Amino acid sequence: MEKELNQRLDDVYEGVKEGQISRRDFVKYLTLSGVAIGLTGGPFGLMREALAAKSIRFDGWGGTVSEAFRKHAFEPFTKATGIKVIDGEFGNADSYLTRVKASYPPGGEYNLAHLSGVFDYKRYVDLGFDVVLDESKIPNLKNVMPAIMEPYRKITNGKLSAVPYDYGLTTIAYNSKHISDDKAKKLGAALLWDKDLKGKLGSWTDWRTNIWYAALKTGQNPNDIKDLKAVWNALKEQRSLIKKYWASGAEQMSLLANEEVYASIVWSGRVKTLQNQGHTHLKLLIPDGAFSWQECIFVMKGSDLEVASKLLNYMLEPECAFAVARGQSYPSSLDPTKVKTPDDVSSLPGFDKTGTLKGYLFADPGYWNSKQIDWAEKWDRIMAGK
Amino acid sequence: MKEKWWKPWLLLSPSLTAVFLLLVVPVCFVVVYSFWLRSPVGQDIPAFQFGNYAKFFADFFYPSILISTIRVALETVFLCLLMGYIPAYFFYKTESPFKPALMILVMLPFWISFIIRTLSWVNILGDSGLINHMLIKLGLISEPFAMLYNEGAVIMGLLQYLLPFMILNIYVSLDGIDKSLVEAAKSLGSTEWQAFREVTLPLSLPGVSAGCLLVFVLTCGTYLPPMILGGPGNEMIANLIFKRVIGTLDWPFGSAISSILLLLLVMIVYTYNRYMGISQIFKALSKE
Repeated sequence: MEKELNQRLDDVYEGVKEGQISRRDFVKYLTLSGVAIGLTGGPFGLMREALAAKSIRFDGWGGTVSEAFRKHAFEPFTKATGIKVIDGEFGNADSYLTRVKASYPPGGEYNLAHLSGVFDYKRYVDLGFDVVLDESKIPNLKNVMPAIMEPYRKITNGKLSAVPYDYGLTTIAYNSKHISDDKAKKLGAALLWDKDLKGKLGSWTDWRTNIWYAALKTGQNPNDIKDLKAVWNALKEQRSLIKKYWASGAEQMSLLANEEVYASIVWSGRVKTLQNQGHTHLKLLIPDGAFSWQECIFVMKGSDLEVASKLLNYMLEPECAFAVARGQSYPSSLDPTKVKTPDDVSSLPGFDKTGTLKGYLFADPGYWNSKQIDWAEKWDRIMAGK
Repeated sequence: MKEKWWKPWLLLSPSLTAVFLLLVVPVCFVVVYSFWLRSPVGQDIPAFQFGNYAKFFADFFYPSILISTIRVALETVFLCLLMGYIPAYFFYKTESPFKPALMILVMLPFWISFIIRTLSWVNILGDSGLINHMLIKLGLISEPFAMLYNEGAVIMGLLQYLLPFMILNIYVSLDGIDKSLVEAAKSLGSTEWQAFREVTLPLSLPGVSAGCLLVFVLTCGTYLPPMILGGPGNEMIANLIFKRVIGTLDWPFGSAISSILLLLLVMIVYTYNRYMGISQIFKALSKE
């Protein structure tokens, strides 16, 4: 339609050049065409396309992760079904939730989102953005690990508003040119408090992750912190050692690749990506109680559930799921006891060959969400050195 | 002849509508939100209470970030002035045929995305960045010199963003000075320096103050340089607003902080307008 309008505009322009149309008429047509293009293209166009029956909007983490989804899931899906996937990105989960909340009707502009952590699933459910998926329309769900679905079912009374898609770790990476493997293993989480690394340590701006690792450092269960004062003191102590609290996956990779920091909190998949790019001296340290998380594809209230189910089922096809896993460097949610996992996927950081996720420590959504306001603000103060 | 009073309003109506819808209405929303409450799950509850404002002043944490923002803004203004006056004066004085090209060089940074410009400093100031790499190669230092992720880097990022605003404001002011006044001063026995000090500098002060105001206001609301180039403790008030609104979904409190910042800036602009006149700023944008 936009092309047609452009063509008509060109015709009118030719007409005025040839003296067939008066200047007054030309301005009139120009204005009308501009308004029409404005309404059919740009942000209105995006909304219109998202709402169209044969398209669906998907928002993801950007960078290598979105690239993997685009290349291995959306493009083949569109080719196979003719349904267009409108691919959006967000920098972090919080900013995306803000956008969803600000849309009108709330959540209505958005369809599917790649959410991290069960706590995020709960936040969306608490805000009323959830749906009930008809699992019979997603037959490939039978291949997904029951253990990874269980936490979601608990929140939505046994139903699902999302399909679990991958999992990974927010853990520690170190530069083996400057830190020996022995030292890293010996110190574990305490590596992030090593005074020898003052000015060469990095961390994420995320309050949850920092408090989690401070709990490990002080010998506590992150999902049941008893001595909060010790946690705050540990974080205050660590702050003077930190060079940079990074705010995005790209920044995290840049800090490590450019050797601005020698050890940092990281997302396991991003380090794997760096290793694949030749930074083999960067190694992952996975201490006991490392922050594990599972990601899901959340379906937003108001979405076309037929189309959403079709896409989700396609994405859970082993061929597609493993290709995305390879691309984003995070293991797939498919149960390795039911579906044979290729070697290059089973070698990804954090892969669980048992399919039970036993031994993985996930954030308790109820516990962490209830602390968000107080702890996030306290963390901001510590990060600001106040 | 009866004056058609409505004609100017008719002509202004598109602009007024845009200003009303894109500025006045959103600001009103922000102010209204600042009185609301946030539920534990992140929903906003309509209310009229001053709890969010009280929270801001409850201890020194939030005001201290506002104060450090103002300090950084003043430092940036001072450096922009120091570095901006000389090129502006050069443009005023030069008869070079390359003057338009040089003026375009001042505008050139605006052609590149602000984010890219800011990020590029990481590759220049970083431990393995251009400067450290060269210094180490030349044998002048053995360990990288810490230039990134501190307040200096933040101010550097602000300078590269705001310097053109200062230069253009001063230049417009200088360009409006009748050059014969300087000649007259010299013919009455002034030296070059005296003529500058007694004639050019005072007459350029409206441009200087307009540039200072613009740089100050823009610095107070800036967000990217502290985030990308700053280290722990270098965050400014805009980063704090971002965290409250985005990080904790606490829109009411984020709105209260925004309203406090807005009030502060309105007071500064009002004071400026009272003594200097706001019109000088617009001259830089629409050279008379």
